[in-house]
This record gives sequence, C-alpha cells and structure tokens, in this order.
Amino acid sequence: MTDITNQSLNEIIENVKTKKVSSTELTKAYIKNIESAKKLNVFVTTTFDQALDKAKQFDKKPNFDQLLPGIPLAVKDLFCTENTKTTAGSNILNNFIPSYESTVTKNLWDNGSFLLGKLNCDEFAMGSSNETSHYGNVINPVGDQLVPGGSSGGSSSALAADLTPATIGTDTGGSIRQPASFTGTVGLKPTYGLCSRWGIVAFASSLDQAGPMTKTIKDCAIMLESMSGFDEKDSTSINKKKEQYSKNLKDNIKGLKIGIPKEYRVDNMPKEIDELWEKGKKILKNLGAQLIDISLPHTKYALPTYYIVAPAEASSNLARYDGVRYGYRSKQGKDLIEMYEKTRSEGFGDEVKRRILIGTYVLSSGYYDAYYLKAQKVRQLIKKDFDDSFKKIDAILTPSTPSSAFKIGEKTNDPVSMYLNDIFTVPVNLAGLPALSLPAGVDKQSYPLGLQLIGKALDEQKILNIGYAFEKNCGFKNEIKKWWS
Amino acid sequence: MSKEKFDYFIKGEKGKYEVVIGLEVHAQVLSKSKLFSGSSTKFGADPNNQVSLIDSAFPGMLPVINGECVNQAVRTGLGLNAKINNYSVFDRKNYFYADLPQGYQISQYKNPIVGEGKVLLDMPYGSKEIGIERLHLEQDAGKSIHDMDPSNTYVDLNRSGIALMEIVSKPDLRSPDEVNAYIKKLRSIMRYLGTCDGNMQEGSLRADVNVSVRKEGDKNFGTRCEIKNVNSIKFMQMAIEYEATRQVELIENGKKIDQETRLFDTKKNETRSMRSKEDAHDYRYFPDPDLLPLKIEQKLIDDLKKSLPELPDKKKERFIKEYGLNAYEANVLVSEKEISDYYEEVAKLSDKKLAATWMMGDLFAMLNDRGLDISKSPISAKHFAELVQAIKSGEISGRIAKEVFEIMVESGDNPKKIIESKGMKQQSDPKELEKMINEILSKNKDKVDQYKAGKEKLFGFFVGQVMKLSDGKANPQLTNEILKKLLKG
Repeated sequence: MTDITNQSLNEIIENVKTKKVSSTELTKAYIKNIESAKKLNVFVTTTFDQALDKAKQFDKKPNFDQLLPGIPLAVKDLFCTENTKTTAGSNILNNFIPSYESTVTKNLWDNGSFLLGKLNCDEFAMGSSNETSHYGNVINPVGDQLVPGGSSGGSSSALAADLTPATIGTDTGGSIRQPASFTGTVGLKPTYGLCSRWGIVAFASSLDQAGPMTKTIKDCAIMLESMSGFDEKDSTSINKKKEQYSKNLKDNIKGLKIGIPKEYRVDNMPKEIDELWEKGKKILKNLGAQLIDISLPHTKYALPTYYIVAPAEASSNLARYDGVRYGYRSKQGKDLIEMYEKTRSEGFGDEVKRRILIGTYVLSSGYYDAYYLKAQKVRQLIKKDFDDSFKKIDAILTPSTPSSAFKIGEKTNDPVSMYLNDIFTVPVNLAGLPALSLPAGVDKQSYPLGLQLIGKALDEQKILNIGYAFEKNCGFKNEIKKWWS
Repeated sequence: MSKEKFDYFIKGEKGKYEVVIGLEVHAQVLSKSKLFSGSSTKFGADPNNQVSLIDSAFPGMLPVINGECVNQAVRTGLGLNAKINNYSVFDRKNYFYADLPQGYQISQYKNPIVGEGKVLLDMPYGSKEIGIERLHLEQDAGKSIHDMDPSNTYVDLNRSGIALMEIVSKPDLRSPDEVNAYIKKLRSIMRYLGTCDGNMQEGSLRADVNVSVRKEGDKNFGTRCEIKNVNSIKFMQMAIEYEATRQVELIENGKKIDQETRLFDTKKNETRSMRSKEDAHDYRYFPDPDLLPLKIEQKLIDDLKKSLPELPDKKKERFIKEYGLNAYEANVLVSEKEISDYYEEVAKLSDKKLAATWMMGDLFAMLNDRGLDISKSPISAKHFAELVQAIKSGEISGRIAKEVFEIMVESGDNPKKIIESKGMKQQSDPKELEKMINEILSKNKDKVDQYKAGKEKLFGFFVGQVMKLSDGKANPQLTNEILKKLLKG
C-alpha cells in the first residue's frame, strides 16, 4: 500500500480495523519516518522496542472496538509516563523517570494506543517557539529555518512531518493552538477541567489544559474523546458524562451565530491575517452561519494579566525542583541554601528563571495587591466579557496568531515580542473556555495560518462541528515536502 | 468558698507589669489519612514509610482534600463555640526547606474554615473567657534530622502532609497558669470530640507563644515576641516567665523591644532570637490553584453539631447537679473524657460522693505514680465501685481499704475476694468488741487507773491495743464508743 503515515488518524484506524495494515506494520512505518527525521529534533526519548512489543501484542489479540486500536502515539514530554523518562524539556528533570502514568496518557493507552516516544517542548512549557528546551530547538517541517511554535512544538512538528498519526499537547496560553497554526494542523484546547491535569508537569495550574493535536477535525474528536474524562485525583476536574465527539460530529451549522470580536483587529497585524479572517467569515456565512459583531472590551488586558497570573503560579509550582528528592542536583554547594541555588541555577534555563523571578515579584508583599490581585480581578472581567457575549452567540471566530511561523532566533532576544505571539490565545485560557485552531490558509511565503474558534464552556462539540464544516469547505491542504529525509 | 485574687505580675523597679499572652496552637487532626493524600498518619513508622507521591511532591501530583479532616475541623470549631465558615480557601505559603517537598505549605490565610469562638477557663479567682480568633487547616512539614551524620541532613517525610489545625487565641491570657489551664481545656475539648489525641510527647499538640508586657493598667499592648514551636506546657510556662522578665528588664533599662521570632532553649531555660521582623519570610501567600474553594453546606454543619458528644463544660454542670459534687471535684472529673466515663461507671454502682473522693485521692495518686492513663488502670471501674461500697457499708475501714486497694492494684482481684480471703472484714459486732476490750482493760489495770486519774492521753493506747488484738479490723467508731463507755464505768 502507499505511505500510510500521511493519512489521517481516522483513515489509519479504518485501515487497521479492516486489516489493511497491522499495528506492527504501522509502528514500523512511523519508526522509519522518525529515524530519518532526526534533523527536526522532535524527540527527546523514543520507546521503539516497547512500542513494537505493544504492537505485536495487539496484532496477536486485536480489539477493534477500541477508539484507538493498535495506534502508536508520540506525546509531549510534559506528560509523566511510567518507566519512561519525562523531562519537561528541562535539565532539572534530565534523569527523571516517573513511577506513574498521567491520567490523560493512561486514558489513551486504555483506548488501545501505545507510546512511540516523548516529544520535545519548551522548558516547562514556557515558550512560543520551542527554543527554550534544554534539548535544543525543534525545526518546523514547513521550512528548515522556521520555528514550529511552542510550547508544544515537538508535537506540532512530529504531526506535520508524519512522525505520529496524532498527538497531544498542553495549552496554558496558546501552547497547542499556536504551534498547530504554525504547522497547518488542528489543535484544540478543551474547557478547563475537561482533561485531568494529574501527572502532567505543572506550569500554571489554573490555566494548564491538555488537548489533542491532529491533522483533521474528525481526528481531533477521536482524540478528545479518548483522553478526556472526570478524574477524582484532580480537584479541578469536571464531573460530567463522557461525550462521543466523533460519533456526534455534524457538518450542518446553518443558523449558528458566530461572533466577530472587534478587539482582535490589532495594530500592525499583517494584511494576510486580516484577509484570512475575512476568508473564514465568508466560508461560515456561505455555510449558513450568521455573523455578529461583538465586543470583548477587556481583551487588551489579557496579555499583561496572563503574564502575571501564569508566572505567579509557576514560581510556586516549580519550587519543588530543589534537588532534594529527584531530578538534577548540583554537586557543588556547601550547605542547603547553596545546594538550592546551584541546583536551580544549573537546572533551569533563562526563560524559566525569568518567569520564576516575575512570579516571585508579583506575589511579594507590597506588590501582591498591585499585580496579582489586580490581575485576578481583570481575569474575572475578561471571563465576564465572554459570558456576556455567549448569551447571544454560539461561537467566536478570530485569527489564531498575529503572524505565521517566524525564523529560528528571530525573537529569542526579545521576550516581549515573543509573548505578543499569544495575544489571541491567552484570553481563552484566562476564561477557561475551549478553543480550536484550524488550518485555514497560507501567507505569501506559503507558510500555514490558522483561525481560532472559541466556544462556550463544555461546548467542544459545537466548535468541532463548525470546524468540521469549515474544513470541508476551506480547501486547505498542508503541502510539506520531506526535505529532511 | 472565698476566691483568690488574680496576682501574676512581673515586678520591676518602676512598677508592676502585666503579661499579655496569645497562643497559636498546632493540633494534629485525628484522621486515618493525610490532609491531601491517602497516606497513613500512624505515629512511629520507619522513616519515609508513609509517604505518597503527593506528600513528596513529585511532578504533576495534585492535592485532593480529605473530607474527614474537614469534618474534624468543623467539629472542633463547634466545640470552641465558634463560627463555621461555609466558604474557606486554601492558600500556598511559599518557602524553601528540605523537609517541605512542595516548596510551599498548603494552609488557609485570609479565609479560614473556622472564625471567632471562645473557651472558658476555671481559675481559682473565677471563670475566665478566652477568645478564639480563628482555626484553620494546614499541612504539616516533614522532619529534618541533623544529628545522624556529621555532614548530611536526613529527611523523614512521614509527617509531611498530615493535617494540622492551627487554633489562634486572642491575646487574652495573662499568666503561665492561665496558659496551663487553656492548653488543658483545649486538649480536653478536642479529646472529647475525638478530633486530636492531644499527645504532646508525639508532637500532636504544640504551640507558638506570643508574649508582650505592659505596665499594670495600661490600655495599649506592648511589642510582642513570638516563641516558636514549644511542645510542652511546662516549657511554655518557663518560656513565658523568662521572656516576660526579659522584656521588663529591657523596658526598665530604657531599651526597645524588637518584634521578633525567638526560640526557647530548654536546656538553658532561655529564649533566643531566631529572626527579626526585617528578616521575616515573605511567604507570598496566594490561593492554591490546584484546589477549589472549600464550600461547606449548612446541613453538614448542622448534622455534625447534632452528633457532638457532651463536652466538659456541660458535663461539669451535670455532675454537680446529678452527683452532688462540688465545682472543684466536677472540674477534675470531667477534665478527661476517660476519667469522666470511669467516674460515671463507679458512681452508678456506689456512693457518688465517696467515689469522687477515693478516685481523686488514692486512684489518681496510684495512676500518677505509675505514669498510667485511667484507660490503663489496673483497677476496673466495677472493682473500684465495690471497694467504695465496702467502705460505705462499713464492711471495711478506710485504713483497711487502703490495704485492699494496694492488693487490688497488684493482683487485679476484686475487693470481695481479697477481703474474704485475707479475713479483712471489719469487726463490727459490739458484743465481740466488748469482750475483746474487757480483756484488754483487765490486763492493763494500772493504765486504766491512770486514765481515770486524769491521764486521758492513754485513750489512744487502748485503741492501739484493740487494733493490735483485732489485726486492725476493729470498727474504729464502735471501738471508740465502747472504750469510752467501759472506761467510764
């Protein structure tokens, strides 16, 4: 048969179910791709032997009723995987092998899939270009000079380069949607609490959410269904009935009201982004949706709010990496304090240190009210903007990012311009809402661009449906030449 | 009963100083598992044997509140006559230490689970109310062990994550005696409730002590010092005495008291500066984003309230009414639930008043000598009641009773058996006694004559002879009566 790895997850599942391909053949095909794609620096760890064992086991005793029958999957190296090294892209966890499996990955394995390897990411998911990883930057298959986005840059690259049939990432301020947009793939950040955070290396607890990254909307629905679900081990997990997103996928969106927020038309936004947005509106209109101008007045405060809340939580979440119980410990240091200082200085990279410092500062006595408390209040206002709008609309359409993939090194010395990349994605995390990034077109350099669909809390099905209809009528095709192999 | 007057002041050269004390008591919640994990809380396990991935703060681990600990805090709040807050928040208190795996302690800062309440103390100068400021739930830290190795510190995380209640008093205490009474009362209430075992040796109850002094009659508080982590009442009292005296000396010498945290050195009996206010940690408290605010339904509070046991104050009133005890006796007998249970069992089967006297006398003295709790008493309540009844009925004298008591302690036998087998029954037959006394009198004619001539001191001699002859079993009261009668004749 032809190269199975450039098919969608859904097609691959069909091929496995109809025995056109075995799990072992499938796994071998991905291993071959991965081995010839070392230039992309996508994997931190591969688990080929273990994957082949699992594939053989599946082929011996296949269960085709599962959602992910015999499917090998690579996942972001932020998910703790039992007996497989988990680094979070950091030197401080360079030698860390968890004795436990994150709930989300366990859900995936319970649905028939198995681990192919761990994907590079920005250190502790802090970054928008996958350049902060201790394991080196990841290259975007779209072009050898381009970043894949971040922090789930290894995930987006692996997916776009056919190194995994689908994958998962985490999204704290856009870390799924922005890399999806940069690689012409689909990325979904679910409603906060839909996927368990248990066993995921924490960045900012009130914002972190795991989600699927796939080639198509249908794949996205399958993955979301497989990974989500209530978990009593996570106090912020939402206790609700599991939904069958893939089965309930519909492409009829006639009469749905789509909000167009005027605040997302920012200064200096490239013309191409504006044109892409117009194109999106037109497609939805042609499908029978109704476009409604809305206002989300506090949008402009979202980025500064995010860059107070997220570092504050991170500064505390990362305090546990102290060299005492696990992970990297500096051999220097005469006493406890010096051991801490050396361990953390040598263990963390610059961006992580920057955010720990910011976070520590905004929580300090005398600054707490002016920064952290104020940010929490603004966060409520941002959420209220969405709540108010959603009384009259079904979903919101915006661009995913203010630009296409940028060049490696282009923004590394300018953290603020790097942070600006998240301008369209962070409000969603602050409000805890679900949002989907869809590939929608290319810029004049033929780099992919994405549009974002934001839904009401727990309204994943609706934005998937809109995305499904959109995908069928958009005509986008990701044309990546395999220049690396 | 005349009441004593409160009189605890530190005397300086320029006058008397009142000591103002507030306590932050850390009480370990009685619960099978820890505040946010399923690990056991049992005391005395080998190091690091009761530690989950959550307690040791592995990546991606999340806390989940233990409902039983919440219930225990609510019960305690109700026992302190306090307001239970339907909405409370867990915060992170951030600081680095080797035995604090998360790098923060989960505690409650601005919104504690329990608000203001009060505790009543019985002092020799009357009843005194001590205000409770708040009670909040928090995690305990692990333990750093510095003396196992010259160059390394060992860490035991068994305690890490165990639930503590921090009970903060208002600055209403005025003397070491009041602190003693307050801690004992708190401990008693929590033991009645079953919310804390109050075991100070195992560290289940310890306190930070805030001390300041002011001239007698002053309205404003002085600058306070906080003495950290004192784990016995005796040490608290010693620390307060030392600290108050130190502060008075500073004031009298025209010096300023620095607001600071101090440590009590139990070997040298002095407090030492640990860190000044300037060096105080900035704990960067903020709401823990891993936990939702704690919402407690009114129904749960009402249900817990209904299921509370009778608490010491109520029981004391009842003991006075029902058993005719005086306030002092009632107070002693309700101090521990086990003591009150023992007493009630004894009182049901014997004379209530005599039972109280004998319990507070010989029984407590024996338990105290042997360092035993009443639950471990070698004499059961039933046997003790039989002993009390034997005294009451005149079967044995008080003196013999003491002997029987000793044998009961050693043998665990019931008093009837001991009295019978050793023939300890009191000689109360007047005829027998008269016969015996006549015998003695006729053998000691000279002494009888001396007595009749006015040497009345000899009465004791005759009593002694009767006791000697009867092996101490002669009923003393009857003996007295018959002797008097016969000596007159």
